[in-house]
Amino acid sequence: MKTLFTELRWLPTVPENFGILLKALETSSGPIGRNIQFLAAHRLDLNQLTRLAKAIGKAKSEGKQLEPLVKFKLAVVSNSTIDLIVPALVASAARYGIALDVIQPSYDQVAQEALTPNSRVNNAKPDAVLFALDYRALPLKFSVGDSTACNASLEDAMSYLQMLQTAIKSNCGALCIFQTFAAPPENLFGSLDRALPGTQRYLLDSINRQLAVSAVASGDVLFDVAGIAETVGLADWHNPRSWNMAKIPFAEEFVPLYADGAARIVAAIRGKSRRVLILDLDNTIWGGVIGDDGVEGIKVGQGDAGGEAHLAVQKLALDLRQRGIVLAVSSKNTDEVARAPFIHHPEMLLKLDHFAVFQANWNDKASNIVAIAEELSLGLDALVLLDDNPAERGLVRSLLPQVAVPELPDDPADYARTLSAAGYFEAVSFTAEDLKRADFYQESAKRATMMKQHGGVEAYLASLDMTITFQPFDATGRKRIVQLINKSNQYNLTTRRYTDPEVAALENDPSAFTLQVRLADIFGDLGMISVVICRLFDRVTWEIDTWLMSCRVLGRKVENLVLNEIIKHARAIGVSRLTGTYRPTSRNELVKDHYAKLGFKKVTEENTGLTRWELMIEEAKLEEAPVKIISQGVFTEDRVLAS
Amino acid sequence: MGRAGIYEQLTQVFRDVFGDDSIKVTPEMTAKDVEGWDSLSNIRLIVTIEKTFKVKFTTSEIGKLEKVGDLAALIEERC
Repeated sequence: MKTLFTELRWLPTVPENFGILLKALETSSGPIGRNIQFLAAHRLDLNQLTRLAKAIGKAKSEGKQLEPLVKFKLAVVSNSTIDLIVPALVASAARYGIALDVIQPSYDQVAQEALTPNSRVNNAKPDAVLFALDYRALPLKFSVGDSTACNASLEDAMSYLQMLQTAIKSNCGALCIFQTFAAPPENLFGSLDRALPGTQRYLLDSINRQLAVSAVASGDVLFDVAGIAETVGLADWHNPRSWNMAKIPFAEEFVPLYADGAARIVAAIRGKSRRVLILDLDNTIWGGVIGDDGVEGIKVGQGDAGGEAHLAVQKLALDLRQRGIVLAVSSKNTDEVARAPFIHHPEMLLKLDHFAVFQANWNDKASNIVAIAEELSLGLDALVLLDDNPAERGLVRSLLPQVAVPELPDDPADYARTLSAAGYFEAVSFTAEDLKRADFYQESAKRATMMKQHGGVEAYLASLDMTITFQPFDATGRKRIVQLINKSNQYNLTTRRYTDPEVAALENDPSAFTLQVRLADIFGDLGMISVVICRLFDRVTWEIDTWLMSCRVLGRKVENLVLNEIIKHARAIGVSRLTGTYRPTSRNELVKDHYAKLGFKKVTEENTGLTRWELMIEEAKLEEAPVKIISQGVFTEDRVLAS
Repeated sequence: MGRAGIYEQLTQVFRDVFGDDSIKVTPEMTAKDVEGWDSLSNIRLIVTIEKTFKVKFTTSEIGKLEKVGDLAALIEERC
């Protein structure tokens, strides 16, 4: 079972012609991001990851375009040799659509790099700093059985980590990624080590717990390396020979797993985690074929090993839904037949109302999956398909490479674990909105039905009984703001991504005007649905740096209300002109005419499709909408014009 | 496994590790004959050989290796 993890078995096997495909990257002249991502999406071993990273490095040095891979600058500081790890990080990041630049200072310069303002790391202004530390980096004093000394040692270790964090924050403002510490298997007493203050096991347990809480609470990021090491086994993870020979922090066979884990974290920071789980039905969430076996004949539920295996898949899907992952069905079946078990089988955990979209028909899976993405207004890269049929998996992978399709083992007993191991739904923070997200998508479906019943849009909007709330950025909203800034692709004018510390800085930036916007209606609370950042350009002009909105609230005139709010505050402090930019990406065609619709005049258009717009506030027409408006927080003239 | 078989598999390992499909290993070959064979890629080489031939080397055995012939002899001893 360890090989599931060490060999990344959820990924498809490496193509026979891997070497030839690598060579083809060298000769290709166009953007090669997609080809790189395709190669990275296979279960590459350490040598193959190293080769791919070398090819990526070569392409970069030749100035080749890596689009659509998104840039991310990661500094990696460590107390060990990470030279084997760095190429694996670069190649694994490409798997998640990231073009990773790694800043790697000299060996074992952790504190120096953090504390020196013009160190390599601080000078490079990275997006994030990964503290790739293992337990040997900590100033731990063993004091067996002495709680006072143990607590002092814990405090020292935590202050050391906090010092690194504070230094990075003040010197370059980057996001910090902290690793938990895998405990080595050597012990002094045996089982008692876990209970006795001051043993290595006790100290590391305590530090991991404290670090987990403090890193996430401070808006930084946790990478649970101890969790990975425990999953594959501490005895294999800690390899004394590798440490003695070259100060390699863990056994080489785990580098692909570690690098994939780190890449998932970076991808999650950039909002690239997946959001929808599409389930096949026959032989995936139940055993057997409903069309042949009928409700009585399919295997699902307790008392049968096969039935329990499929039930475990349902349990995982349901748990994922509870944390906010949207569920959908794609099945080759007659609709009525496919729905029958959900209605009539007593042991089914999943019910019809857990799914946002239910596609059971005889079309090919690829078209059905495209339909699901459209219905949910989400990109294909937000989707995961769980399907027992290798032919369907292959078809979807080849036609829709953006969709993640895990390979599945022969035994359904391992389906749930494989899906979980693939880590498609990695998140670096969790907000109240996440918890409700699966419901949102179902409510949207209901709203659409109501719209049909009401006829007119105005009447429909009035019937929704909406309340919109405007506030400046604050610490309470920060996590969700960061999430929206990094996840929103479609209704996003500039697609500028900001990290937690950058957003925090805006809260007190006197030259910035910010809005977090929430919406509620009769169906429920939609939570935060729009974010705006304006920057003072000159005394009378606000440049709209960021304007994004959740697609869930399209067609409700929210954008008009947001503009009204901006104008209200602009007028209050004597700003008379707004300027805005539309920066086209492969995903934001939707907002091409956003500014035109709001009455802005086009100023320039570049041949990239980038357009710039302006609005003289005295000419602006304010649109009315049947909505209750709550405007909180005060933007005084002092605050906005202090710069 | 005969010596010829070992060299054939070693050649494949070297190609994977150093990313060069033109490599053909010989008993007298040393690190300076292969581009990119340094102390770090040597670690990848050793772990790849261990996995391919299902053997484990001790720290001191690894320390004594000077040329490909030494590697092949060590593998032959174990297999």
